[in-house]
Amino acid sequence: MNLPNEFKEAVFIAWAALRANKLRSALTTLGIVIGIVTVTLMGTAITGLNSAFKKSIAGIGADVLYIQRFGWFMGEQEWRASRNRRELTLQNVREIERLSEFAQAVSVESNGRGTVEFERRKAKGVWVAGNNEQSLEVRGLTLTAGRWLSPADVQSGRPVCVIGSYLAERFFPYGGAIGSKIKVNDSPYEVIGVLDKQGSFLDGSNLDNQCVIPITRFNDDFSRWPDLTIAVKVHDPAQMEDAKEELTGIMRKLRRVPPDKADDFAINQQDALVSFFNRVGGTIALVGLFITSLSLFVGGIGIMNIMFVSVAERTKEIGIRKAIGAKRRTILVQFLVEAATITFLAGLVGLLIAWPLTLVIDRFLAASMPWWLVAVALFVSIMTGVISGFIPAWRAARLDPVEALRAE
Amino acid sequence: MSLIQIRDLTRHYVMGSETIHALRGVSLDIGKGEYIAIMGPSGSGKSTLMNLLGCLDTPNSGSYELNGTNVAEMDDNALAEVRNREIGFVFQSFNLLARSDALHNVELPLIYAGVPLADRRDQARQALANVGLADRMHHRPNELSGGQRQRVAVARALVNNPSIVLADEPTGNLDSRTGEEILSLFEQLSRRGNTIIVVTHEEDVAQHARRIIRIRDGLIAADEVNPHPRATRLAEAASLP
Repeated sequence: MNLPNEFKEAVFIAWAALRANKLRSALTTLGIVIGIVTVTLMGTAITGLNSAFKKSIAGIGADVLYIQRFGWFMGEQEWRASRNRRELTLQNVREIERLSEFAQAVSVESNGRGTVEFERRKAKGVWVAGNNEQSLEVRGLTLTAGRWLSPADVQSGRPVCVIGSYLAERFFPYGGAIGSKIKVNDSPYEVIGVLDKQGSFLDGSNLDNQCVIPITRFNDDFSRWPDLTIAVKVHDPAQMEDAKEELTGIMRKLRRVPPDKADDFAINQQDALVSFFNRVGGTIALVGLFITSLSLFVGGIGIMNIMFVSVAERTKEIGIRKAIGAKRRTILVQFLVEAATITFLAGLVGLLIAWPLTLVIDRFLAASMPWWLVAVALFVSIMTGVISGFIPAWRAARLDPVEALRAE
Repeated sequence: MSLIQIRDLTRHYVMGSETIHALRGVSLDIGKGEYIAIMGPSGSGKSTLMNLLGCLDTPNSGSYELNGTNVAEMDDNALAEVRNREIGFVFQSFNLLARSDALHNVELPLIYAGVPLADRRDQARQALANVGLADRMHHRPNELSGGQRQRVAVARALVNNPSIVLADEPTGNLDSRTGEEILSLFEQLSRRGNTIIVVTHEEDVAQHARRIIRIRDGLIAADEVNPHPRATRLAEAASLP
């Protein structure tokens, strides 16, 4: 075998051929460059979306079960059939705490939007959450200063609140939040704690623009019949299924569901969200990559075309090489390397263009270009060259030396 | 034992509805170290014979033994190897690679033979020096005169130490003086034991050979020893190192 020598010679020839036809090479390359740029950008968007989702989903907690009136992913029919379900009650929360063996902590959560004021400063559209004393643990939150709601706060519905870091910075840029009186929807509250910074959720909403008050107060100030979510943190994440079964039993008993009727509540968990995202995200990724790879395909046709021209132009050269002892394989490798060199360079240029574009996109939408994506893009560009160059190279390799030498 | 042994070689081409019989049964023995001219008018079949001798083509029937191996029934790749090892071509139109310098052109057969870089550089330099082009190694063909180009081609033909040097109208594109130069090169090669076959239609060129084979209508018309090979004027003056 003499492949290393022949390969080196092939790279040398490819380079010489590219330099001899600069404009033509550049134009041919352009198709592949565009293809690689679109495919790579699609790739960066997909990976960016994935990592943003993973970051957001972490806040939901893998070991938490959410007992709610409705499931997270319901079709229209299911929705219509279940819209008259009864609300969950605070009584349910206490019963679950008492009865469940798998539960490590039971949180109650109810959400709304409200206006928060401090002296002359005013923030509209703040996310106001009604929680209990165990929500801190279940929601996986941490405090920068002060304390969380105490059982007594919740029991007696004291007008106290814990605020997010964004609100704290806006209202108390010089500190001193703890103990201050603020107004939530015109009712006075005392700030008892400040949360650590959390960042933003998948949809871009600011998780630090929130204000937590006791669930009992929430009922009074926001809604008489709030839509409660009971979030149960399970001791051992390996026992999620058992815990789910146990909670289903407890809830059916509490809500007096007859044995022949289906559940009139839903137990949601992060898994469902992840699998939903994977399904939707996977489809988007597939369709997106397919559409963008069409441009790469068009570029590949351009390469094939130019390689046919190249073979036709260099018939004589092929004849000379064959006369001197080049085998079919040698000629095949020569033209494959030439095609792959063109597309490899195109891939490099494409990545050089895609990289700053990714940084720009990342300012509006999550996007990132990890190393493996760079490697994949270069591999794909080389393969495009090899595949689209194969038929022309094969034709060159099979030329009859006598005929080829006669060509001008 | 002869270097080349050809028996009843035929080759025909089908062109549309017509069959052209280029060779109708040629038998020939060529010994090592011979200097032979193959002559004939165009259409006589001499090009076909040269292609077969050079292993560029295969016969329809007959046998061809080169250096003891039957090459008549070899496939493409095996023939490529035989061409690489046993045959050095010199063409009328030089057939150098335009984008490569002289050194790389001469190196090419060695690349295909799998000779490592350092060795093949040395051998290619030596071959170029042998034809008097030591100072032109990094010139491209378009920077060389016709005679120099043909000398590069001769260096390329010899670099692999082939059994035969096969030259097809080697002086056809050269003026008479430069043509003489190349022929004197052949004479010196012949004197040093190389086997040389020149295909030509010029009587002048053929007269330099020691044996002249004449082809007509696909058959050997005459095969005679040239009693007084013509010596080039330059042959005595210029000498190979």
